[in-house]
Formats: sequence, C-alpha cells, structure tokens
Amino acid sequence: MDNLSLFITIPAAVAFFIPIVSRRFRWFPDVITSITTFILLLLSLMTLNHETVYRMGNWFVPYGIVFVLDGLSCMVLIIVNLIGFLVSLFSVDYIEKIYTSKLRYYSLLLLAVTGMNGTVLTGDIFNLFIFLELTLVATYALVGFGCEARNLEGAFKYLVINLIASYFILLGIALLYGKFASLNMADISRLINSTEKDVIVSFSFVLFLVGFGTKAAMVPFHGWVADAYTAAPAPVSAILAGGVIKALGIYVLMRLTYNVFGINQHISMLFIYAGTVSIMIGVLMALGQWNFRRLLAYHSISQMGYIVLALGIGTPLAILGGIFHLLNHSLFKSLLFLNAGSIEYETGTQDLKKLGHLSQKMPLTSTSSLIASLSISGIPPFNGFWSKLVIIIAAIQAGKPVFALWAVIGSILTLASFSKIQRYVFFGKGEKFNSGMIKDIIEVPALMRVSMVVLAVFCCFAGLLLLGGLNGIFGPVVNVLTDGTNLYITRILGR
Amino acid sequence: MVYTLCFVLFVIGLYGVSCKKNIVKIILGFLIIEYSINLFLILLGWRKNGVVPVIEPGSDAHMLVSASVDPLPQAMVLISIVTGLGILSLMVAIAIRLYQRYGTFDITEMNKLKH
Repeated sequence: MDNLSLFITIPAAVAFFIPIVSRRFRWFPDVITSITTFILLLLSLMTLNHETVYRMGNWFVPYGIVFVLDGLSCMVLIIVNLIGFLVSLFSVDYIEKIYTSKLRYYSLLLLAVTGMNGTVLTGDIFNLFIFLELTLVATYALVGFGCEARNLEGAFKYLVINLIASYFILLGIALLYGKFASLNMADISRLINSTEKDVIVSFSFVLFLVGFGTKAAMVPFHGWVADAYTAAPAPVSAILAGGVIKALGIYVLMRLTYNVFGINQHISMLFIYAGTVSIMIGVLMALGQWNFRRLLAYHSISQMGYIVLALGIGTPLAILGGIFHLLNHSLFKSLLFLNAGSIEYETGTQDLKKLGHLSQKMPLTSTSSLIASLSISGIPPFNGFWSKLVIIIAAIQAGKPVFALWAVIGSILTLASFSKIQRYVFFGKGEKFNSGMIKDIIEVPALMRVSMVVLAVFCCFAGLLLLGGLNGIFGPVVNVLTDGTNLYITRILGR
Repeated sequence: MVYTLCFVLFVIGLYGVSCKKNIVKIILGFLIIEYSINLFLILLGWRKNGVVPVIEPGSDAHMLVSASVDPLPQAMVLISIVTGLGILSLMVAIAIRLYQRYGTFDITEMNKLKH
C-alpha cells in the first residue's frame, strides 16, 4: 500500500461523480458511498505497520508536497475511515426519512472524509491548511443541512468560531514561512531545532495552539461544540465527534508539539491544566443538560480533556493511554450519537423529559447505548475503563496524583450523567412523557442496526488491543511521538 | 513597518468579527482578516526592484535568486483567495437563509438552539 494519494483521489472523485449520476439512478448515492467508504476502510487497514513517504509528482523532498504514513497517521486514518463507513451505512435510512437531498449529503460527507484523510497524511503545512478548510467547508454545510432556523444557527456559530481559528492557523503558517522559507513540516522542524529560540516561532506556536485547540474542542475554545453537534443531523454529529475533532484537532496538535516544535516543560504544563479544566468543565456542563445530543456534546469536551491531559504528561505510558482513549472515544461517542439518531428517527425528539420506556420498544438501541454509556463512564470490562486506567496510572507514576484525582472525579460525574440518560430514556420516564407517543415505535431499520451493533462489539472487545502494552499494537504509534523531532526529520528528509 | 500594518488590519477584522452583532458586519470582518493575511503573504515574497523569477537562457542563476521575488507566496495567496471565496459564498448563503427564518440580521436574537 504505497500509493497514499488513493486516500484523497477515491473519495474526491466519487464525491463529484454522485451529483452527476444520481439524477437518473435514485439508489446510486447510497450504494456507491457505502462501497467507497468500505474500500477506504480496507485500504487504511492495509497500511497497518507500513511506513512510507509518498512524493506528489516526484518533487524533491523539501520543495514538493509529501504524504507521510507512520504509526500515528495510520491509526487516525483507520479511525476516520471506520467511522466514515459506519456513518454512511447509518445515513441510508436516516437521511431518507428526515432530510431531502441525499446526493448533496453524500457528496459533502465524502468531501469531509477526503479532507480528513488528507489532513492526517500530509507532511506539508500549507497543504494541511487546505485539507483542513476542505473538511470544514463540507462540515459547515452538513451541520446546517436541515436548513431550519436551529440548524442554520448552529452552522453559523460553528463557522464563525472555526473560521477565526483557521485564520489564526494561516497567520501562523505565514509567519513560519517568513522565518524559515519552507513549508515542509520536517524541514521546518529541522530549522527550528537547529536555530536558537525565537519569538516568531513561539508566537506561531501559540497561534497554532489556539487554532488547533479550537478544532480539538479544548476548553476555553469549546464554544462551538454543543451548538454544532445539536444542530447537525445525527450521523454528522457522529462523524464530527468521532473523526473531525480527532483528525483536525488532536492529531495535528500531537504532530506539531511532539514532532515539529518539540515539547518542553511549559507546553506540558499548559496541556495538563487545559486537559484537567476541559474534563471538569465539560462534565459539569453536561450534568445540567436535557437535550440528548447537547449532553453528549459536552461529554466530548470532557473526554478530549483526558487525551490532552495524557499528552501533557508525556511519558510513554501516558501517550499510550491518550492514543488508546482517542480510539475508544471515537468508538463509543459515535455509537452514542448514532443511538441518539435512532431515537430521533423513531420518536422525533431529543428532549430527555419527553422520552421514556424505550428499552422494551427498541431493545437493540437500548443495549448498545447501555454498553456505550458504561464504556464512556469507565466501567470494566469495556474499553473506556482500560484507557482511563492507563492515563490515571501514568499520571500517578509521573508524580501528578492531583490530576489523577481530578480525572477520577470526572469519570464518576460522567457515570452520573449517563445514568440520567439511561433512566429518562430507556428504563424510566421523563416529566413530560406521553405514553401515546411511544405506542407505535419499533426498532430501527436493519442498516442502522448493523452500524450500532458493530460499534457496540468494538466497545466490548477493544480493551483486548491493550494486550502487550508498549510492545503491542500501539507500540509504533507511541514511538512516533516519544522519538520526538529527530526521527521524524530523518524519516522524511532522509538525512 | 508594513508588516505591523498587516497585523493592525488583522486585529481590526478580529474586532469586527467578535464585537459586532450584525451578521453582515461579521462577514465583512472575516474579509478584512483574510485580506490582511493575503497581504502579509504577498509582502513576504516582495522585494524592492525585484525581477520575475524565471531563468532565461544566459541568465545567471545566483544573480536571479538574489534579485527575484519569491513566487511561492503568490501561489499560496491564490489558493487562499479561492478557499476564501468558497467560504464567503457559504457564509452569505447561510446569512440569507437566517434572515428568511428570523427576519433579522442581529445575532443576539437568534437563540432557538438553547430552548
């Protein structure tokens, strides 16, 4: 699997094909999107344990655009394409019932996947900005897809906050280019580490931190998360939570801090504090929410806090925990958003007060959401427990027991708010519950069930991936980050 | 000095985006931010009395490098203008639809999501 440009060309080509062909064949967009995303998933699985540098148009390395595949990008690539595939399966019935224009929806979805794949693979910082904008433009349109007042409002808020962040990033890129006259990330890294500390480099790092911190939903840049997730169609919320904030936010932050700028004491402390504050603020704001998806959105902020905390601690064990939590969060948070989508599909509401007694009517949704809830709250033996455990152990080992304590408290509060969901939606009933509403409710269609079951099975057994620890399947991923800047430079520049 | 003016322009745009309540003024703020960054990129490659960066037969490559303008920022600015145009049109489309739904351009009156 050496031709990395396939990850960009396949979805982009199909995205432009869909509007042309599907005017004649109504079934075409459903089938072709699922097939395309499945092919992408297979291709990304084939990249496991590969390390390649693909030069676009055979330009020499610091001058042309390179695509870099290493452990970390491979891992994020698999996450993005897995979520993309399951979301496109789920969308088939969901979009049919609730929204109108399928072909535009699938085109935008594939463009978002293209952008995420590109962001993860590219080794050129301006190219990264272009792919980032591609993903964001596609998701701006997807969030406002319903064109009702609330969809548009969420989309506009999402657009404004993320566009400011994007321009901060572009300014940072311009400053770096003015300083070093290079756009290749490895080359910039070489130049940063061979020259003295400079105020321009620090300033551009701060700009990147603000920009990518916004996309990673880090407190205090989290303002867009709740509105965008609530306004978007449920599968889009799933891909936003499972793919976009991972690939555009936390992945790029990891890459820039560990491989390009190099981590130091101040940045670690900044990450640790930002992570802890994110954990607490996210979970405290989630506790008071009565909208299903709004509650999940605040939990996204909280769970991203764990990953940022692990990045800040920076020992190999902590990074292992952070990366594993990245994978787990994609699995269970997408599953929860898909559950919220199935409930919306059947009942037409997101309000926890109006729902109730769905566990008998929708057994599969109920079971899978129970698994995801236990998983996100860190109950053994589900996957969320293992990654949180590793992060907490790493925090204690690194001599930071106070932050470990905050992480435990955050986890307990998460359990509290998810028991609220289980009680009001599935097993008990809300204040405004009307028994007439759920009389005719049946389980959702087969394809929606398939994607939920697959994610639930992953949630049950993903804990096994931790076997082998630092020498196991996450070994190469952790090595990419712990090796720091030098190995990244040698791998790409070849010297 | 000129670079400082770019930053002033950036901050003016940021003020427009963050402090104004009218959607149209917010969009104008974004345009100002975008132009300030484009101007900054172009100025990075600019050189007084610079020549075109094309090697012709007989011209000295070293002389050319020391006298020519940098072509790469110009390419970057072109790409950035195109993405900016795409986002601008999307923003304007959303603004028009928002006006149809709420009957106003004032963002403080758009608060249906919280209810």
